[in-house]
Amino acid sequence: MDYDIIIGLEIHVELKTSSKIFCGCSNEFGGEPNTRCCPICLGMPGTLPVLNKKVLEYTIKAGLAMQCKIAKFSKFDRKNYFYPDMSKAYQVSQYDLPICYDGYVDIDVGDKTKRIGIERIHIEEDAGKLIHDSNGQESLIDYNRCGVPLIEIVTRPDLRSPEEAKILLETIKSILEYTEVSDCKMQEGSLRADVNLSLKRKGSKSLGVRTEMKNINSLRAVQRAAQAEAERQAGILGSGCEVYQETRRWDDNKGESFIMRGKEEAMDYRFFPEPDLPPVCVDEKFLKAIQASIPQLPRQRRERYVNDLGIPRYDADLITSNKHLADVFERASEVCGNPKLVSNWIMTDIMRRINEKGEEILNSHINGDNLGWILSSMERGEITHASAIQVIDVLIETGEEPGNIIERLGLKVQRDEALVVKAVKEVINKNPQALSDYLSGKEKAVGFLMGKSMAALKGRGDPIQVREILKKELQSYL
Amino acid sequence: MSICKKTIMETSELLRTKKIGAVELTKEYLKNIRKNADINAYVTVCENEAVNAAESAQKLLDSEDEVSPLCGIPMGIKDNICTKDIRTTCASKMLENFTPSYSATIYNKLQRSGAVLLGKLNMDEFAMGSSTEYTIFGSVHNPWNGEYVAGGSSGGSASAVAANLAAFALGSDTGGSIRQPASFCGVVGLKPTYGLVSRFGLIAFASSLDQIGPISKDITDCALIMNAIAGHDPKDSTSVKGHASDYLEDLDGKVDQLRIGLPMEFFDSALDGDVGAVIRNALKSLESRGATLSECSLPSIKNAVPAYYLISSSEASSNLARYDGIRFGYRNENAKNIADLYRLSRKEGFGSEVKRRILLGTYALSSGYQDELYKKALKVRSIISQEFNSAFEKYDVIAAPTCPTTAFKLGEKLNDPLKMYLNDIYTVAVNLAGLPAISVPCGKGKNGLPVGIQLIGKPFSEKLLLNVGKRIEKEIGRLEIEQKEGL
Repeated sequence: MDYDIIIGLEIHVELKTSSKIFCGCSNEFGGEPNTRCCPICLGMPGTLPVLNKKVLEYTIKAGLAMQCKIAKFSKFDRKNYFYPDMSKAYQVSQYDLPICYDGYVDIDVGDKTKRIGIERIHIEEDAGKLIHDSNGQESLIDYNRCGVPLIEIVTRPDLRSPEEAKILLETIKSILEYTEVSDCKMQEGSLRADVNLSLKRKGSKSLGVRTEMKNINSLRAVQRAAQAEAERQAGILGSGCEVYQETRRWDDNKGESFIMRGKEEAMDYRFFPEPDLPPVCVDEKFLKAIQASIPQLPRQRRERYVNDLGIPRYDADLITSNKHLADVFERASEVCGNPKLVSNWIMTDIMRRINEKGEEILNSHINGDNLGWILSSMERGEITHASAIQVIDVLIETGEEPGNIIERLGLKVQRDEALVVKAVKEVINKNPQALSDYLSGKEKAVGFLMGKSMAALKGRGDPIQVREILKKELQSYL
Repeated sequence: MSICKKTIMETSELLRTKKIGAVELTKEYLKNIRKNADINAYVTVCENEAVNAAESAQKLLDSEDEVSPLCGIPMGIKDNICTKDIRTTCASKMLENFTPSYSATIYNKLQRSGAVLLGKLNMDEFAMGSSTEYTIFGSVHNPWNGEYVAGGSSGGSASAVAANLAAFALGSDTGGSIRQPASFCGVVGLKPTYGLVSRFGLIAFASSLDQIGPISKDITDCALIMNAIAGHDPKDSTSVKGHASDYLEDLDGKVDQLRIGLPMEFFDSALDGDVGAVIRNALKSLESRGATLSECSLPSIKNAVPAYYLISSSEASSNLARYDGIRFGYRNENAKNIADLYRLSRKEGFGSEVKRRILLGTYALSSGYQDELYKKALKVRSIISQEFNSAFEKYDVIAAPTCPTTAFKLGEKLNDPLKMYLNDIYTVAVNLAGLPAISVPCGKGKNGLPVGIQLIGKPFSEKLLLNVGKRIEKEIGRLEIEQKEGL
């Protein structure tokens, strides 16, 4: 292409506070329609908003994690528009004085690090959901989501490819997960992105006309939408036509975007300061407390895993891509004292199960404590590798305590020498051919008898001990 | 003397000493309301609820040693203040059948103190107006002379108190809507400092200017009501902490050493000569009691009316956007699509004055005009605040007429909105600056209609204002409607 692609993202994130932004209603996803609302979030006459302080805290936390400056003085504004999904016919947002501004996020593109500017992060409230019936006659409104706290992260137009857009969104998603301000469940719409894209002729200084694509809710779709839009614009410019400034809707199933409204139809939101909410003043103490609550972020964790714990970079990358996984890794490493072992297990057996059963297994049954315990039991030789896998499977299935599982299934390694000797002797007696092979110098026979002995011990013998005893017994025939 | 003419203090004493029962008292008021239906003060009279509330109040009076002086006292509340399970209409077709499932904080407070709600009071639609003529329930008539307006927008509240149809009333004041009708009807009306009284449950007109306040027969009653309604409310983020006090304490009317500023802009050519004379007479009586009077200037006051109408209409255009026919309120049932539903419901649900202000406000906030209109008005607002601040370095209280004239005739200004707006020239600046101000009856004009003097103070100086008001009341006496005696 003869053009540079210029992309900026606007990312909307639902905060996982327990209540909504201006009232005491539950902030949980879903629920029967219109059961999680009250006169305040329904915008009934005479009601007033009261800011949930957690929203301020979470926003500042996200801002600090993205290296933003935090405004000492900030305020709320009303964004006025008529649409039934917004019960007050205006959205409380922040217009000219956002709470966080001037930050950045570093992303890894190939083996290079690139810094993407964060212009601002501001607080706003989510709208309800419109449900249109199939015959187009009726529309229903569910206000459960109305008043859910949102932050909008606006990046600078520093992204130069659809891939970078996807990587940035991925990186921001993991920062938000690490700081625990949002679930970032894109399929539930708790993280959605608008893609602003324009093309600039290579070498030219002037920017092209940009378009905006709204509400894209998967990482893959962001990359696809940006790619398609870049191609669409290049096609237009290539044929000597102009790109129009417009808002478009991306249809991920069709793989193309459609115009929503042009520049002429751009809404006049008539922003003005929200008179029902006093300005927000953030004091140093509050700020310091939030700063102190920010955990180590993915990039720093990854470097620590590589440099201090000796974990391969590829593994560290994968483990830190998911905070739950990284937390499980760290805790399990502490418990069993062997980070490399934990990392190996996560990269193989745990990842396989996550892929099969979903990420939920990390939250429900597998945690750092029990994984670490299982692996250290294995390391101490109390259970075998095969048993460890079995314990993990049962754990995922039932949530039973690993110690119980080992007990119940009798997985503990059998070390009673008398028992082992007895079992080995029986094996030798039952396999005279193998014994004579051994006596005639065929070392292979040892392996065969070893297998038989382990089987006789139902897999619970300690291989080293069994081998020693077997050798001793065989030697007695010499 | 009819029991309904008595002040809260007097009535409370009778209730406490069992000279009258709360139910009997409430029934007397209900009777009076029926007799004076021509005033049209009430939009909704809730007889059954009132009698039930009076019965509960009587139980409190019988069982408790310490009850609020408001226990058993019948009151009326302006119909833009939400009362749970009682229709709250804003005198608008839009909310004609709206019954809230929640109560305003001040109604809860008054209920807890045992006050008895008689009903909801007429007003200009959504509190937009200065005459209580813009109401779907018909104009309110001034109890002093039925051909004249009661003022507005709390015209129902002021006329009800003046005509003894409630022992006291609650109004709301966005640009003078408590003080002006209080002045026209010869009763006391206080607009508290912005943030002193909770706005939760007050149906918003202009959020940064609206404030609920009492309308009462005398100053002591006003103080007593303030004791019940002032104070921080966690449900209203703009309400302030730690400023409410005991307004009855030291209410002795002492004004010696008091420095009173008289802004020349409030004594200009717009001021009716007759009204001016009554005001000067009241001021002289203060002077004779040791207060000093000095002329001062608030030069930007001349811009207060335009700034007020831009800011209040801008906020109103946003506050009233929620009345779209979707969730509550009036809906046009024939609309074919969403745009029609909005358009027709709002066209038919709002009256002409409300629509005028929504249009004005929408225009003032539009991109391309916002800087020239809304933002410039905000600048004027802050200059006016500064001018008041510097005046209060020299003066304890600023005194002025509440209105340039006494009540005008019904219909007189109905077709001339600008003339109607200019009736607010002495009241709107106070709301822009968020200050407290009280209108105290101080005499009658030659036409026999009441005149109110307006006392303006620093933020949270309500006690001082009440005290100065007390002095005026002592000097001049309450204005009582003689001709209504015996009705």
